Amino acid sequence: MSKYLLIESRDPFDSNDVANYYDLASNLAAAGNQVTLFLVQNGVLAARSGVKVNGVDVVAASGVEVLADEFSLRERGIAGDKLSKSVNAAPLDVVVDHLANGSKAIWH
Amino acid sequence: MKVLQIIETAYRATIEEQDDTIVWVTHAMKGAGGDFSVLLRGNAVNYGVKDQDASGLAFGAELQTQPPDLAGDVSKLTDKGIDVFYVREDAEDRGIEVGSLIDGLHPIGRADIAGLCDKHDQVWHW
Amino acid sequence: MADKKTLTFAIMDGPYENPRSTTAFRLMDIAARRGYNINVFAYEGAVNLPLTTQTPHANAVHGRDVDEENHPLPHKWIKALMAEAKNNGGEIDWVNCGLCVDERGAHEAVEGCRRGTPGDFWGFAENSDNTLVIPTR
Repeated sequence: MSKYLLIESRDPFDSNDVANYYDLASNLAAAGNQVTLFLVQNGVLAARSGVKVNGVDVVAASGVEVLADEFSLRERGIAGDKLSKSVNAAPLDVVVDHLANGSKAIWH
Repeated sequence: MKVLQIIETAYRATIEEQDDTIVWVTHAMKGAGGDFSVLLRGNAVNYGVKDQDASGLAFGAELQTQPPDLAGDVSKLTDKGIDVFYVREDAEDRGIEVGSLIDGLHPIGRADIAGLCDKHDQVWHW
Repeated sequence: MADKKTLTFAIMDGPYENPRSTTAFRLMDIAARRGYNINVFAYEGAVNLPLTTQTPHANAVHGRDVDEENHPLPHKWIKALMAEAKNNGGEIDWVNCGLCVDERGAHEAVEGCRRGTPGDFWGFAENSDNTLVIPTR
């Protein structure tokens, strides 16, 4: 079992590749790995509760921890009460924590 | 340490650089002792297509004399002992027939990418 | 203080084009404040980040003079990050890919940056606790 940190900087409205990346997160979790999906930059645009593409909810339901960069959320005016219940806001420090702890870290 | 290089962005600056800069840096790091596999996904699956031809560009009197040879460069990776995979569904989605691809590439399904990541110590996604 | 770690970042984006370079600097800042050793391999357009020839400007649309605008200059951010790392017992080893420097004419890098090759990146990665590649699009 490995620890993975998947960083998603893009939103699913930008490219189909984002959906494939979400699937990778789910598949890694299904394979028994501990997986965190960290949304940053426009990646947090998928984190609102009213978003029409429920990609992050599906990823979270597969056992992946889904986090969104607090600064990116604030930068885009996405307040905590507007977040999907599947997503927790977190400081970017979490990424450095994962790197320091040896998680396999992948940026998309 | 074995690293999986995932190449997804394609044709980004391939004319100006006369190659794909990630295929290139993989060659260079292999030469420096690196141990890699390569996965072509998204639009980068097109790098394996035969008969790509970017020759003939001119900007005023400035001719490009060394156009990129992307399929050739990918082929050279396999010559160096690097396993080069491509995502089968990404090729199918783009209407790329298996017969139009260069030899030596290994197809994998999208669902198998996770397993490929597990087989490597680090995964660098470009 | 957290246990000292060595982290490597590979970056590709030049300044002022997209948020990836800013996020990369944010990550380096966190690591610098922790006193980590930080290796940076600047590839492609990222070799333009440390250019000392960057200069600030006023902004008439913002209604601000040059001092008020205080326009960010990445080479100053890099210099400040290097100082921050050092103040906390770490250091930043910034390598610009040499061929990328040549083709862009990006020779005037801030002090502390050095010229190197992809072999340096591989060496960084082999000798770090972890590596994060932040690619361009």
